[in-house]
Amino acid sequence: MTATVGVVVFPGTNCEFDSADAARLLGAEPRMLWHQNPSVADVDAVIVPGGFAHGDYLRPGAIARFSPVMDAVAEFARSGGPVVGICNGFQVLTEAGLLPGALQKNAGLKFVCAPAAVRVETTTTVLTREAAVGDVLHIPVNHFEGNYTCSPETLAELRDEDRVVLRYVENPNGSVDDIAGICSAGRNVVGLMPHPERATSALLGSTDGLVLLGSLLAAAAV
Amino acid sequence: MTHLSVRSGADAPVCDDGHMTFDVQVEVLLRPGIADPAGSTIERSLPTLGFDGVREVRVGKSIRFMVEADDEAAARAMATDMCSRFLTNPVIEDAVISVVAAGGAS
Repeated sequence: MTATVGVVVFPGTNCEFDSADAARLLGAEPRMLWHQNPSVADVDAVIVPGGFAHGDYLRPGAIARFSPVMDAVAEFARSGGPVVGICNGFQVLTEAGLLPGALQKNAGLKFVCAPAAVRVETTTTVLTREAAVGDVLHIPVNHFEGNYTCSPETLAELRDEDRVVLRYVENPNGSVDDIAGICSAGRNVVGLMPHPERATSALLGSTDGLVLLGSLLAAAAV
Repeated sequence: MTHLSVRSGADAPVCDDGHMTFDVQVEVLLRPGIADPAGSTIERSLPTLGFDGVREVRVGKSIRFMVEADDEAAARAMATDMCSRFLTNPVIEDAVISVVAAGGAS
């Protein structure tokens, strides 16, 4: 059976088609979920893609969390459904309280747009189950506010519970503990700044995103 | 935990319905210890214009609105709740709230 991947679209989202194409490439059926839709219907996984939801007004993700679809995404996550937030989607998930911490402006006010090497730190998450610990993936980053931060208590919790999913090999943005991606306590909600949907073809320079999105689809099929 | 400091003004004018109108100003700043790259960049730039000896530059944002409430304490309570739930991200930001009586009754 073909897995259905819901792709959340806010006004200002701009990575929904890349995410949908990547899902299609992996044999899934993408379905756009407009932000005013109060339901995610019967999707098997949810991607909150990158962009500038609601113009990033106030703070990235601050307004998006009030969109009706986010209540449905939260409910889907609570019931164990796989959810991944990419870039702005990661910011939305932190603002919505589905992931801890916050993403602040990059160190040195530096906008980064470059391939980044990230190391897989755990494989017991919906985004990394088909990867191996220690794998180094080359995936583009493209952000101004990707500098992950959290309280020392939260950081200790993330480490103790093996919830740092990806770390940068070379930190591009000042992120605490080189964190590029984290997961929820239930390990079914993952947020990351790199864009795996942009690393799905040799023509794009890397296919390393496939193992991550393939993991998501494998998790969706369970 | 968001740390909020509150400045207060004089008594506000009273509307016909008993509510009073207050001008609220919320200043949002990055919490101490959180890197402020915009502030740092401005601080490093000022000496090139000859402004030496400037320290602790912080960049934030200002949010202003009017609110009707029973009294100043109620207006302040509303603004405080708005800050902790929406206007600031308590992980990285603090708010300074000032509440003053509006210029005229609504």
